[in-house]
Amino acid sequence: MTAPFGRRLCPVAGSESIGPYVMLAVEDSARFARPEPGQFYMLTAARGWGGDGGRPHLGRAFSVCRVRDGRLEFLLEAIGPGTERLAELDADEGIWVVGPLGIGFTPPDSSRAVLVGGGIGIAPLVIWAETLSGPQVSLLGFRNGSYAAAAALLPGDVRVATDDGTGAGVHHGPVTELLAQELTPTDTVYACGPPAMLEAVRGICVERGVEAQLALEAGMACGFGACFGCVVQTRTGWRRLCVDGPIVRAAELAEDWH
Amino acid sequence: LSAGATAPPVAVDLRTDLAGIELEHPVLNGSGTFDAIAALRVFGDELRERFPFSAFVSKTITVAPRGGNPPPRLWETPAGLINSIGLPNKGLAGFLDDDLPVLATLPVPLVVSVAGFSRDEFGTLVDAVAERPEVTALELNVSCPNVKSGCVIGSEVGEMAALMRQVRPLTSKPLIVKLTPNVAEVAPVARTAQEEGADALSLINTLRATAVDPASGRPWLGAGSGGLSGPAVRAVALAQTAAVAAATTVPLVGMGGIQTGRDALDLVTLGASCVAVGTESFRDPAAATRVRAELADELQRESRHSLRAAIAASGRLPAPA
Repeated sequence: MTAPFGRRLCPVAGSESIGPYVMLAVEDSARFARPEPGQFYMLTAARGWGGDGGRPHLGRAFSVCRVRDGRLEFLLEAIGPGTERLAELDADEGIWVVGPLGIGFTPPDSSRAVLVGGGIGIAPLVIWAETLSGPQVSLLGFRNGSYAAAAALLPGDVRVATDDGTGAGVHHGPVTELLAQELTPTDTVYACGPPAMLEAVRGICVERGVEAQLALEAGMACGFGACFGCVVQTRTGWRRLCVDGPIVRAAELAEDWH
Repeated sequence: LSAGATAPPVAVDLRTDLAGIELEHPVLNGSGTFDAIAALRVFGDELRERFPFSAFVSKTITVAPRGGNPPPRLWETPAGLINSIGLPNKGLAGFLDDDLPVLATLPVPLVVSVAGFSRDEFGTLVDAVAERPEVTALELNVSCPNVKSGCVIGSEVGEMAALMRQVRPLTSKPLIVKLTPNVAEVAPVARTAQEEGADALSLINTLRATAVDPASGRPWLGAGSGGLSGPAVRAVALAQTAAVAAATTVPLVGMGGIQTGRDALDLVTLGASCVAVGTESFRDPAAATRVRAELADELQRESRHSLRAAIAASGRLPAPA
């Protein structure tokens, strides 16, 4: 799906806390432009973008987490001037939207989809899990039990790991330990999370010859291929994540991509 | 709440010309700030139908293909952006074979930006690009601060003169020299470029800049330093445009932090015949359309019926008949 040209002003439909995260709902004024799972948007608050410190200046990229009644939902964690401003938006405030952008996930041709998410990286996996029709399991890692509240966003068979072991019924340790136990040769893996987690996922999948699609992240100024800032090293050279990603097959990444 | 930018009212005549190229309006893109080929993939035919620029300036090409600098390549500053991209491009042959046929389908004249790491390379590029009928004009990038071996020609009068003597005889198509702001005085190089046959000058390129990684205390950008753009450099762009306007008579393309029609008109008031939008396009791919509409509004507010009247008022064009 191509994106409408230019940014569009949309009303915030509301926001909701999910543990330390915020789910921001946006009433898309271009409802015909339905996103594919794995695609992303550039978001800019219409007011208060660039306050006393002169930042944020550029938009911020977010994978779409869910689409509900035509509303786009984005999972945020307030960690800097951009996410802090977006996380405090109230219903009916304005937000500039560009998108949907990028290339989304490709459906599995194998029997089962294994979704691996780390922290805020679970966002694109939610809409993907809701879209997939075949068998699937979600393996989600969080810092602690408080963040793990967001695991409830995923439907179906969900297993959770936390770094500190807090949370009911969780695995104590990295989520990739769950992947190593769970993975079978005919699975297809879809992963999004911090670089160290994705590198571990890549290592396991490449070693076992399992197809894996990784949703990557990089600092991004524009989101539509203009700035050439968001590159990642692949076996065939630098690749722009905004137009030739953000989903990249693990086998295509260079060994030293992260 | 309304949709995005709309076309400007027709009451104000925004036509201008750049070194003999008749343009519908004065708003171009800064080289390297809009990849029309990628944008066509992202936005589809709507981009062609609502193309925001009156001429399209390509990303700079070099003789040999370049991958560009290692990441991180970006750092956001107060009201600005430092980039350290490193001129990634397919090289001359790749550009002519792959990109030029697509860029030729855009609904506006095409300006191709070229950069050489020697005068001979500039000669090779100008020769090969200028002979293509799809190309209306060439921009000589003598100012990119990101490539270690570049940056010399545009900062020295002697180098500038020698470059123009080499490339000027190669084509009768307009040659636009993109000046570097990273000099003590911008006027001498500008004057030399004009004396040696430049048809137009564009300015400013990015200002050399560095960011420190708060975690490590070391430079953030993969290449160590980069170039600053955005509203943070607008005042510098105004000063340099004024200085070059006073020292030359060829048309100027003014740029540097333009966000609004008022910003564009400020550059016109100081002598620019055209303006270019760069970093603002990152925030809104259609920003240039809005800038154009606002520029028309500003001119109307000043009771000017045409952009040319505003340019003439700067003293750099004869008053329209």
